[in-house]
Amino acid sequence: MSSSLLRTTPLLRAGLRARAAKPLAAMATTSFTRGKATLPDLPYDYGALEPYISGQIMELHHSKHHQTYVNGFNAAVEALAEAEAKGDAKTAAAQAPLLNFHGGGHVNHSLFWENLAPNGKGGGGEPEGKLLTAINQDFGSFENLKKQTNAALAGIQGSGWAWIVKDKASGNLTLVTRANQDPVTGNFEPLLGIDAWEHAYYLQYQNRKAEYFSAIWDVINWGTVAKRFGQ
Amino acid sequence: MSIGTFSLPALPYAYNALEPSISRQIMELHHSKHHQAYVTNLNNALKTYSTAITANDVPSQIALQAAIKFNGGGHINHSLFWRNLSPSSSADADPASAPTLAAEIDKTWGSLDGFKEAMGKALLGLQGSGWGWLVKDGNTLRIVTTKDQDPVVGGEVPILGIDMWEHAYYLQYHNGKAAYVENIWKVINWATAEERFKGDREDAFKILKAAL
Repeated sequence: MSSSLLRTTPLLRAGLRARAAKPLAAMATTSFTRGKATLPDLPYDYGALEPYISGQIMELHHSKHHQTYVNGFNAAVEALAEAEAKGDAKTAAAQAPLLNFHGGGHVNHSLFWENLAPNGKGGGGEPEGKLLTAINQDFGSFENLKKQTNAALAGIQGSGWAWIVKDKASGNLTLVTRANQDPVTGNFEPLLGIDAWEHAYYLQYQNRKAEYFSAIWDVINWGTVAKRFGQ
Repeated sequence: MSIGTFSLPALPYAYNALEPSISRQIMELHHSKHHQAYVTNLNNALKTYSTAITANDVPSQIALQAAIKFNGGGHINHSLFWRNLSPSSSADADPASAPTLAAEIDKTWGSLDGFKEAMGKALLGLQGSGWGWLVKDGNTLRIVTTKDQDPVVGGEVPILGIDMWEHAYYLQYHNGKAAYVENIWKVINWATAEERFKGDREDAFKILKAAL
């Protein structure tokens, strides 16, 4: 999946996967009710991120948690379409929190899997080129970016995510957190997301979440971040 | 300004006493690590807050409120939660230990099963970390959910709280949180629920004051 595809809506992406040969414009008009979001394949094996993230965590996280968001999103989209067809605005509006939660969960995890890669095989190391220049400019240094991100992750009160984002207006990099599965939207382009839900680390790290936040840098795919940055 | 220091209350049962509903490993981490962290961070935040008050530093006081709410809520919620649980073989785990409350539950939800179903639906509908509570609001019972570690505040009396943070069940149930909700009913301390139902808000928070 290319980074440009990731920026489209999940529904459109699912439609594109299912019928990749069809032209984009036709897809956008016809796939809304028939196209369903589907669980994307992981670009590596479940055990490929060990010892930083265990195979058991990856399998549950992908095949169970992400799948549940996909199912919840499809159910909410269907309920919305039904309510719309009936002119039932009240029921349609009631889908908003479910669309945000499950749709956000689907979007966030789809971005997250591509932010990771096995250590030494695309994962770990350091950002390069224009991305590194931007990081140095906006965070002082790569070390600082990691420090600030880890502090933001540790400060999340409950479930949520931390994201390195690009401000679309200024082009600057900045760090934001989001509660639960709220997706990064609006003026921010998400480049790198780190999942701070307990299900992302608990089986391996239990309450020692700082160790997870420290370890995950060894499997960050800077190539994906650079691509999303527009390098 | 002198402030009190909160401490971790002892569990009224052994870490393995709630097995097989809740594993020993979960209980030990939940109590000795998670709850302890809320207590430690609450004490630190209150200490800094006290300094900010002495210094008339209002911006710092405001900045500390989120930490006080989160960690104070975590301390309150877990202190109430431990007393809501009891080994399944104990007399307290029998719903017959809550005759007055049971009558009110029947009035509100038709039956204990009706209440469990409504509570289960609320618990499984939480988006992210949080808690489900049976509360007494005036003379009526209600089910409410609170996000993260927000405590039940206002006039309600918290009667029964169930922790839906993933750390409360993940090591044993993984993504199967419905099974956790199903099994926790076997270790509910109905005697505590009855006592809180008959008392007021002050009574429910006695345990917290004892940990000061």
